[in-house]
Amino acid sequence: MFRKKKEKVELVEKKSQGLWRKCEKCEQIIYNQEWEQRYRVCPNCNYHFRLTAMERIQLLIDPMTFEEQDREIYPVDALSFKYLDTTYKEKLKEAQEKTGQNDGIIIGKGNIYEYPIEIGVMDFEFLGGSMGSVVGEKIKKAVFYAIKYKIPLVLVATSGGARMQEGMLSLMQMAKTSAAVAKLEQYKLPFIMILTNPTTGGVSASFAMLGDIIMAEPGALVGFAGPRVIEQTIKQKLPAGFQSSEFQLEHGFVDMIVERKNLKQTLFNILDYLYDW
Amino acid sequence: MVLEFEKGIHEIEEKIKALKEKDKFPDFDKQLELLESKYHAEIEKVYSELNPWKITQIARHLDRPTFLDYINMIGTDFVEIHGDRNIGDDQAMITGMMKIDEEKFFIIGQQKGKTMEEAKKRNFGMPNPEGYKKALRVMKMADKFNRPILTFINTQGAFPGIEAEERGQGEAIARNLREMAKLRVPVVATVIGEGGSGGALGIGVANMVFMLKYSVYSVISPEGCASILWRDSTKASEAAKALKITADDLLKLGLIDGIIDEPLGAAHRYPEQTAQNLKNKLLETTKELARMSRNKLMDRRIDKFLNMGKFSEKPLK
Ligand SMILES: [Zn+2]
Repeated sequence: MFRKKKEKVELVEKKSQGLWRKCEKCEQIIYNQEWEQRYRVCPNCNYHFRLTAMERIQLLIDPMTFEEQDREIYPVDALSFKYLDTTYKEKLKEAQEKTGQNDGIIIGKGNIYEYPIEIGVMDFEFLGGSMGSVVGEKIKKAVFYAIKYKIPLVLVATSGGARMQEGMLSLMQMAKTSAAVAKLEQYKLPFIMILTNPTTGGVSASFAMLGDIIMAEPGALVGFAGPRVIEQTIKQKLPAGFQSSEFQLEHGFVDMIVERKNLKQTLFNILDYLYDW
Repeated sequence: MVLEFEKGIHEIEEKIKALKEKDKFPDFDKQLELLESKYHAEIEKVYSELNPWKITQIARHLDRPTFLDYINMIGTDFVEIHGDRNIGDDQAMITGMMKIDEEKFFIIGQQKGKTMEEAKKRNFGMPNPEGYKKALRVMKMADKFNRPILTFINTQGAFPGIEAEERGQGEAIARNLREMAKLRVPVVATVIGEGGSGGALGIGVANMVFMLKYSVYSVISPEGCASILWRDSTKASEAAKALKITADDLLKLGLIDGIIDEPLGAAHRYPEQTAQNLKNKLLETTKELARMSRNKLMDRRIDKFLNMGKFSEKPLK
């Protein structure tokens, strides 16, 4: 059952204003129309621009089939974390206003070429995709829904690491999400990870590295320690391409690099191998 | 090594030492008694004024007992197990078997060095991926032969280096988190010094997690947090306070299961008493856990970590 449907996905939240823009990476002038048609990939250098969680869902899930779950889980400032002239609570409110999301992940059930999956997508726009209690809880819930409906789980990571302002609560989300994956294993349901730019820190040392199959977008930064921390520690410059998805493929830590335009089809093909709906 | 805030204690310690080296003189006993009461008063004063940053410095104290020191103090018949059967034998992570009062355990812990030479050999207690893989190999063996596992956490973090990334530091830690969750034997983890981030947690998914009274456990070092959020690494003291990294704070947050007491003056001054407290707690806890079935040990451990986190069903006010 290999479906080759050529469907046209429109990313609703149009980011284009005017006719053209400058690529963040190669600084070439690119046409917005072409950029949108390529799902926000630079036609010149293939740089994959960031997508919000909702845009990613539009890319991967059949139109009108996505049902968001557990939207009503909100973050709290459990440590009353204050720094400089601000607080974690203030930062949360700013991020909520900016993104229209309660925290850094959306989970839900939706169809891929008419077959249901459970999906969770992180959002870098929300405090750098950092993993705090809400992200951990929703990943746990996504695992539980996959088990409940007996459907595959797909998670899309984009994260700078742990949510420092939640202290050890955030570190424990690494153990929590990994324990959830351990639970999912018992039910023999597929778990596919998609790594996008960037996937670093605590997320890269927990659920994101535990997929049955791990896919990555081209050129994404994927690694545990941040490049700056490594450079400070070893006191030398890092080679070009260090910790890119291509580097991870070469070293055996991701299974494949998939261009954004092929992501949905490839995801479906893999799920079809692992699972009979 | 003398900590800034322990200088007063140190001065009296030196005086007592000097006095004891002298020949007895008429007033000797009285003077010694006086100095000793001064000493205890000073310790009490200094230790009642501790804050999270000072506790961090105690946790990192070079004279603080290391994993190997505790092995010597609480165990017998230690047999070290070497290597991950793939890359090599990570010296920052020590694994093996030992007996405590004839009870048999598999043990795993990070080893910081005390001398510069040992510190270099041990990579300052910062494991590479092969360290986590060695730890996992030994934990699986413990599971196979149905023996309880004790882990001893003491690291600034997993090593951030080129080879560590090439060999998959993130994957190695992630795998340990998942596989430790699934172990069907009692697992007890104790933070004995510094619990640094994912590198600490990589051997920390336990049925019971304890901290020595003057240890710390943090998602990021106070210096690292200060340089990111305060944009000034000298604000480490403020960051240490905000991050809630002490045993008392973490017990209140429900993220650890208990605190193992250290005498006032801490383990670098009283290693034997601290080791005795540690030993008692480990024996008592593993005995308790041994009553659970293999499946229950796993299920309880998974459920415990699945329930960690603080959030709300209502929006922020
Ligand atoms: Zn470009």
